[in-house]
Amino acid sequence: MDDYPPAPPPLPGHGSDRHWYDDEAGPLVRLYALTRGRTRPNSAEFDLIAMITAESPYGPDDPYGSDPGLAPEPAAILELCRFRSQSVAEIAADSELPVGVVRVLLGDLLDAGLIHVSHPVPPALLPDERILREVINGLQAL
Amino acid sequence: MASKHSEDTPALALKILVAGGFGVGKTTLVGSVSEIRPLRTEENLTEAGRDVDDTGGVEQKTTTTVAMDFGRITIREGLSLYLFGTPGQDRFWFLWDELAHGALGAVVLADTRRLADCFPSVDYFERRAIPFVVAVNCFQGSRRHAVEKVSLALDLDTGTPVLLCDARDRESGKKVLVALVEHASRRHAARLLA
Repeated sequence: MDDYPPAPPPLPGHGSDRHWYDDEAGPLVRLYALTRGRTRPNSAEFDLIAMITAESPYGPDDPYGSDPGLAPEPAAILELCRFRSQSVAEIAADSELPVGVVRVLLGDLLDAGLIHVSHPVPPALLPDERILREVINGLQAL
Repeated sequence: MASKHSEDTPALALKILVAGGFGVGKTTLVGSVSEIRPLRTEENLTEAGRDVDDTGGVEQKTTTTVAMDFGRITIREGLSLYLFGTPGQDRFWFLWDELAHGALGAVVLADTRRLADCFPSVDYFERRAIPFVVAVNCFQGSRRHAVEKVSLALDLDTGTPVLLCDARDRESGKKVLVALVEHASRRHAARLLA
């Protein structure tokens, strides 16, 4: 929401320009339309803290991606993780889309080879205690 | 899930849950320690696969939105901690399962005026053997219960740390997280030895 200035108050005499909806109305495109009815990604699973990085450049021949057919939402997601890895949760928050929708769109981007996913390591599989010690020291140094 | 592993060193992200009753200060705690303003993400519960029966007693709704607050702490490049405030309402338990999956541990925030509010959280983490600490949020004017009393009242397993905190205070919040990671680390070590 921060990205948009508040809508100006309607001017008298400009009735035809008046927005008939506002931010409160929510998106005008139904979420299931964005995902084409799917509620789950086609293949992969995306944990909330899986880290997503855009495969950049898009391809060796097309460094800045005039990707045909990318809808605004997947394009925006790609943009969010172009310069640094982002967690799925952050992508959802920044794109203002529900996590479930983001997951479906990420699945498409992954299938298209446009993103790279780094799955979280379950704590039980952490190689050693060194990492937890590092976390403790890091927290104390904050 | 770990089917694919990248050849380069993957970014390591650890997940900590912040649980507790409604209005106990979960978002405040996340906000006081997070380096980013608490972000909010929504889970849209329209999925056909979700077990609607889990909401027993609640009138059948086809769409429900649950908001989750979260924050981030970067320990170093490639190692970050994510804090997730769990949805307060009991009927969203199934969302907890996803949140709890692979979590390093949890902070159960407690308010001594409504201690019973955190019973479900305590129960949840104990059953799943997820390491947790209980942090008693000392609201102004609330009686400072002795830590032992809280531990007894919640019938905690011995070894589960209980500490007093002020969720608004960054230093206090840090101490809670340090206590949790230390506790998780001990549990982790014990498991490796077992």
